[in-house]
Amino acid sequence: MDIQTAYPHLRPLGLDGLLISFGAAMSDAANRAALAFRNDLARDPIAGVLETSPTLISVYIRFDPVALPLDRLADLIRTRLAARDWLQADLPDGRRLWQVPTVYGGPLAPQLDAAADAAGLSAKDAVEELSSQRLRVLTIGFAPGQPYLGTLAPHWDLPRQTGLTPQVPPGALVLAIRQMVLFTNGSPTGWQHVGQTGFRNFDPSGDPVIALQPGDEMQFIPGTESDLTRSPQPMALP
Amino acid sequence: MTALTVIEAGPAMTLQDMGRPGWMAQGLSRGGAADLLALAEGAALLGQGTDCAALEMAGAGGMFETSAPLRIALTGAPMQAACDGQPLRWNASHSLPAGARVQIGGARDGVYGYLHVGGGFDGPVVMGARSAHLAGGVGRVVLRGDTLPLCPDPGGPLGLGLEVPPRGQGGEIRMLRGIQTDRFSDEMLERFQATSFRRSTRANRQGVALESDGPGFTAAGQLDVVSEVIVPGDIQMTGDGLPYVLLPECQTTGGYPRIGTVLPCDLPRVAQAGPGRILRFRLVTRDEADAAQTRHTAHLAALPRLAAPLLRRPEDIADLLSYQLIGGVVSATEEEGER
Repeated sequence: MDIQTAYPHLRPLGLDGLLISFGAAMSDAANRAALAFRNDLARDPIAGVLETSPTLISVYIRFDPVALPLDRLADLIRTRLAARDWLQADLPDGRRLWQVPTVYGGPLAPQLDAAADAAGLSAKDAVEELSSQRLRVLTIGFAPGQPYLGTLAPHWDLPRQTGLTPQVPPGALVLAIRQMVLFTNGSPTGWQHVGQTGFRNFDPSGDPVIALQPGDEMQFIPGTESDLTRSPQPMALP
Repeated sequence: MTALTVIEAGPAMTLQDMGRPGWMAQGLSRGGAADLLALAEGAALLGQGTDCAALEMAGAGGMFETSAPLRIALTGAPMQAACDGQPLRWNASHSLPAGARVQIGGARDGVYGYLHVGGGFDGPVVMGARSAHLAGGVGRVVLRGDTLPLCPDPGGPLGLGLEVPPRGQGGEIRMLRGIQTDRFSDEMLERFQATSFRRSTRANRQGVALESDGPGFTAAGQLDVVSEVIVPGDIQMTGDGLPYVLLPECQTTGGYPRIGTVLPCDLPRVAQAGPGRILRFRLVTRDEADAAQTRHTAHLAALPRLAAPLLRRPEDIADLLSYQLIGGVVSATEEEGER
């Protein structure tokens, strides 16, 4: 299979995977394109495709290389890609808004001050800014139901810390590179722990087991520790 | 209800099956047995489907007591095994009476041993599978005192064995170019393939860390890699420039550059390589990879045929008169042709 250099481009990933990327770096258009193209593959499946998954700027396809050789899959994908300008795609239908009570700073989220300082803001202004905006679920990954949220203003382009925080708890809201992540499970992280929520991304015995979908929006409303037990109800977005 | 009671438990035992494909978009990797070939071998020895859950034993087994007569098979990393003091052969299926105690010791070679039962282990089906996915927060380890329920056994062959080449000893591992391979210079790729890596002691179902002497391996623009999909078999270069090969319970995305992806048919040998074993990597072409996978798929399909009645070594059989031989139908010529 020839590898294209222009975007969108196709690259094999392992024996049974193909990655279709809509850009070289994170951008709103590439993210929308990835979601839209993945939804198109879900609506109108290709025989031999076993699984599809959108990432920040790409769509991953796992396929059965015996039933559907890579070259043939790549041809089918190129035809679909050529059908429209995916970078102009709208966000998916059925998006929802989740307003999640959040404790910013203090012992539950000890790196708010450091993150605010790095962004050139007071802690109060940082909370004001972070809590007043709605962030989009750009992708779900790393751990079950775990959202990557964005995109924050350029002053939040904080590097990942070189020394990892050994452990943040489930529901931790962490920030780096103009994005936030809401942790599903306890985890070490190089991102800054600025807020703590009681939100459950993933409940293996629940229905659905995973609450969020790419394209949903989240807003982290300042609250106290006692607010963390409230489970937010999603609202439909127009 | 037939059950197996865990009298003693090794440090990292979990129920495993083929995993739960289809959840990557929601952030859960497929999981499933670290050595999928061992799962298929156990299914062949018991004449059942590969969808049956087995007990995966990392490093060491434990002691188990049967509540009723039971068919079992033992595959994967060979471990010292005995039933009521009588040795049990590995890569074989056996009949156990009610109340029998099976003792499974440490791995002699490799890491992951598997205890299969006729009909498979029961347990809650979560998101389409019974396997534990500890990193994802699904299921838990099997502990001393647990009673593991078993699915009804429709019956099947007993006393079968498989000739299995050892796969805990490392060796050459084939890999394909991946999405970030061209971020590594040709010289770096050559050196990578010429390096003998030692399997480190840092290893679990998420991945295996490797060590080598000499300088590490770095990619151009190492720190600005956009987080992208990760698949089992990816060879990730972490901050120290040493490879980390991802296994079935890996995360679904990651930002470290990956030098290549191990062929699925070679991944069991990576998972099973014991600490200190030497692994070397070789880039193969797509055609070579496809051919290897085709051969592997054919081997999996042939396993039920390859499972042959055990040569009845008297020392393996406590009571020759009660020995049941309900072997699969294997013609003598076929058997000779495959040995």
